[in-house]
This record gives sequence, C-alpha cells and structure tokens, in this order.
Amino acid sequence: MTTLSAPPMPSFTHRASRWISRNLIRIYAGVAFVYLFIPVAYTFAFSFNDSGKSNLVWQGFTLDNWKNPCGAPQVCSAVANSIQIGVLSTVIATILGTMIAFALGRHKFRGRTSTNLLIFLPMATPEVVLGASLLAMFLNLGVNPGFWTIVISHVMFCISFVVVTVKARIASLDPRLEQAAMDLYANEKDTFRYVTLPLVMPGIAGAALLAFSLSFDDFIITNFNSGIETTFPKFVYVSAARGIPAEANVIGSAMFFIALFIVVIGQVVARQRKKS
Amino acid sequence: MAFLHGATRTHSGPRSGIKSRSITPYLLLAPGMIWLITFFIIPIFSLASTSTMVRPEGAQIGTYVQELRFQNYVDAFVANQEQYVRSFVYAGIATLLALAIAFPLAYTIAFKAGKYRNVLLVLVVAPFFTSFLLRTVAWTQILGDDGPIVSTLKLLPFFDDSLRLTATPFAVVSGLTYNFLPFMTLPLYASLERIDPRTLEAAGDLYANGFTTFKKVTVPLAMPGIVAGTLLTFIPAAGDYINATLLGNPSTKMIGNVIESRFFAVVDYPTAAALSFTLMATILIVVTLYIRKSGTDELV
Repeated sequence: MTTLSAPPMPSFTHRASRWISRNLIRIYAGVAFVYLFIPVAYTFAFSFNDSGKSNLVWQGFTLDNWKNPCGAPQVCSAVANSIQIGVLSTVIATILGTMIAFALGRHKFRGRTSTNLLIFLPMATPEVVLGASLLAMFLNLGVNPGFWTIVISHVMFCISFVVVTVKARIASLDPRLEQAAMDLYANEKDTFRYVTLPLVMPGIAGAALLAFSLSFDDFIITNFNSGIETTFPKFVYVSAARGIPAEANVIGSAMFFIALFIVVIGQVVARQRKKS
Repeated sequence: MAFLHGATRTHSGPRSGIKSRSITPYLLLAPGMIWLITFFIIPIFSLASTSTMVRPEGAQIGTYVQELRFQNYVDAFVANQEQYVRSFVYAGIATLLALAIAFPLAYTIAFKAGKYRNVLLVLVVAPFFTSFLLRTVAWTQILGDDGPIVSTLKLLPFFDDSLRLTATPFAVVSGLTYNFLPFMTLPLYASLERIDPRTLEAAGDLYANGFTTFKKVTVPLAMPGIVAGTLLTFIPAAGDYINATLLGNPSTKMIGNVIESRFFAVVDYPTAAALSFTLMATILIVVTLYIRKSGTDELV
C-alpha cells in the first residue's frame, strides 16, 4: 500500500479510511491475536538460542537444543513426571467425570442441585485455596506430599471440567437417535453401547484432552502438594530466576505443536465423518 | 455400566432420554462425588480447623494446636489488608481489560470469520498449549530492562533511562489480562455465536444505528457469556501469585503471594489458612451478588 501502487491519490486516503472503518473490528481482532501469540513466538524463537546456561539474551542460532532437549539437568525428568501425572489424572478424572455427566444428563434423581453445586464449587475456588486446603489436610493427617498427592489433587480439579464438557455433549444429542435404536428392538445396553456412547465419544475425548492440558500445565495446586517432587511447570518456576534453559523452550514449543496437531487431526476426522 | 438395570427389562423402559428413578444414577455419581468430598470438601473443613489453631509456647516450628482462636482472622486481615485489597483491584482491572480485548475478538470470530471460524477458535486456545509459566517468563523477558520494548521506548525523547516495565503494577495487570484472556473469549464466543444475525439486521431495519443495536440487542443477548467470562477471569486472577511474583516487585504482592509464603517460607499455617478462607468467602459473596444482579443463573 505504498504511494506507487495507488496512482489516483485523492481517492486513496478516502478509500483507505473507508476500508479501515469497515474492517476496524477485524483489525482489532488481528491485533488481539498478535498479542496472544507474542510470548509463544518468543518462546519458540529462543528455543534456537545458542545460550549456554542462561537464556536471557539472544546469542546466535543453533539446532543443538532441539537435537538434545534433555541436555539441561532435570528438564526431562520433570517432563516425564508431568506426563505420568497427567496421564494418570486424565484417565481417573475422565472416567469419574463421564459417569457423573451421564447421571446428570440421563437420569432423574434426588440431590441434583447439591450435585451441581459440588461440581461448580471447585471451579469457583481460586487455585491457591484448593492447594492450601488440600495441603492443610495432608499435614493434619501426617501425609508427606509427593507424586500421589499431586495425582489426587489433579483428579480433584479436573473432574468438574470433564463433567461440564461431557454433559454439554450429552445435552446436544438428538434423543430421537436413541429412540430410533430402541424402536429397532435394541435393548438399553446395546443402545448405549452402539448409539449413545459413540455419539458422546468426541465430548469424552475433548474432556480428556482438556484434563490432560490442565494437569500438565498446573502450577499453583501442584506447588502446594508436591513436596520435593518436580513437575515441568515447577521446574520452569524454580529456574525462572536464573533464566530458564533453552531446552525448556524446546519442550514448551514441542508441546504447542503436538497439541495443535492433535486438534487439527481431530477437526479433520470430525469433518470427514460428517461427510460420510 | 449405565444400563445394568436395563438387562432385566429389555424393551419396556421409557423412551425419552431421561431414565426413571433408580439406583443407577447414584452408582454413577458415587465414585466421583466421594473423590470430591474427600479431596475438596473435607480439606476445606481441614483448612477452617487449621485457621483457628495456635502455636503453643516453645513448641517446634510447624506444630499447632486447636484453640478456636478466631482472632487469627482479624490479625491476618489487619496485617495483610493492603495485599488483600490489591488482589481485588488488580483482578478487577485485568477482568475489564480482558473483556475489552476479548469482546471484539469473539464478535469477529462469531460474525465475520466465515469459513475460518474453527481455525480462529483453535488459534484462541492454541497459546494454552505452551506452558502458562513459560509464557509468563517470556513476558518478563519481552518487557524486561534489556528487552526489545524498553530499549525501543528509550530511543524516544519522552522516556529517560530509568524507564522500567517489569516490576511494576502495569506488568502484573498485563500479565493477568494476558493469561486469562482465552477464559474470557471462549464463553463470550459461545453466547455470541448463538445470536441469530437476523436479529441484528432487524434492529438496523428498525432504524437503530450501530451503537444502539450493540447496546440494546448484542450485549443483552451476550450477557450469559459476559457473566461466565468475567467470572472465569476474575476468580483465578484474584488468587493468582505467579504474575505478581514473576512480573512484579515487593510492593505489587497479592494475597496469593502472602498465602504461599505464610505456608512455605514462614510456616505459619493458621494465618495462611485464615487468609485462604477469607479469600474464598469474599469471592463466593462477590460471585453470588454478581450472578444475582446480572440475572443469569445458568452457569454449569
């Protein structure tokens, strides 16, 4: 949009200002996206920094960090811990949460209001309170915090998110599909197995992904209930003062691309299913 | 397992989506509810009990006995009211800023994105996939004294060499705004997306200008999303201490910082517990009043 490409000068400013006012909201959204991605881009860029010990200033391009992401001490053991905790918490929270979601979405029962309240409260409580209260209980019981107390705490705060996600999916199902199955003489068990469950599956998968990312990324609750156990966020927090090693940037960037890949694949699969 | 009872009465059950009263829902609820009661409700009572404990004279650090000393609450509040008030002010400003940034963003995705809608939605969530802490650390370096922004601003004549962006309230509030932006955008999008664009056209046909349409049609219809988004931003922001630690200085400490250091650095469990309890109670009161006032009860 230089002056060279716009020979009829008088109308150019006019046209430009009209274009801007018409697309103002899109421009604003564009700026918001840039804002969202600045630290992501920064993290990615500095994963290629030939930094030595401290990754605070740019010192030159290298692929070494990507070739050997376990190069910095403790990075990989922290990541391995986070993955183990994430997988365990996700499996438990997804099973328990999905069961609750089916109870709420498919059954009448007494105590629905208090159930809903018990699901809502952990989401409305700041993490620092969740973490502090659980630690207070462990201390009162004389339990030493470590790997399993982290898993317990992660399952606790993930359940609510699983329930909400799966419940939304159940609520959006067309009840006529299940009625049709029963009209075709499928019993309730088969209707559930061959109709309801496959239809709810994308919701369960989404909930599991959400639970894993919440668990993998959690710091505050983990910090309270981890004792001397390290997780990836805890590792980043502890090393933040000295400047985190570039290998941590590699892990963060890799997580970003892996997750993006999973989401894109999920979208493509969903679209193809719709077509067929 | 949902249909164990269905095996006996194969085809006689009700045909609607909702099953009649039986023991099944309780079996489905039990494991998850037991988990939540054991690791959420009981700990809250444990916290309440810790909050009135006292350290006996001459006892070892970290040893406390129950004396039902409610004065702990007064002491804790008086000693930390500055950080307490600051938490709510910072969280409030960050929530308003996030709303101002997220509303046009969600509006664009809902009404102007066309076939790119899903792509843009993925992009809103995508920054989540890089660790929350890594992104905050990245901000400390971007805004840092040797970072690109400060060095550029220093070239301008209006700023002298003492200019700093990190270790300021500005940095802490921007960090909070940034970190919880997707929590604001997604519920806003969810409620804007449900609006039939024809209602907006109808407002225009009835001679409402852009601003009036926005105020009288769009905002009221988006209200559930606004309420959900502001709560999802305000609650975690009020309890956060990572942004204040990494982007702030000692005079920007929030209540989360105090609770954390009372627990770990000072080993003063009763004060930490009293502060946590007060924080939770205040937030629940604010949330209840806010939901009442905005007239939306559907949250879960």
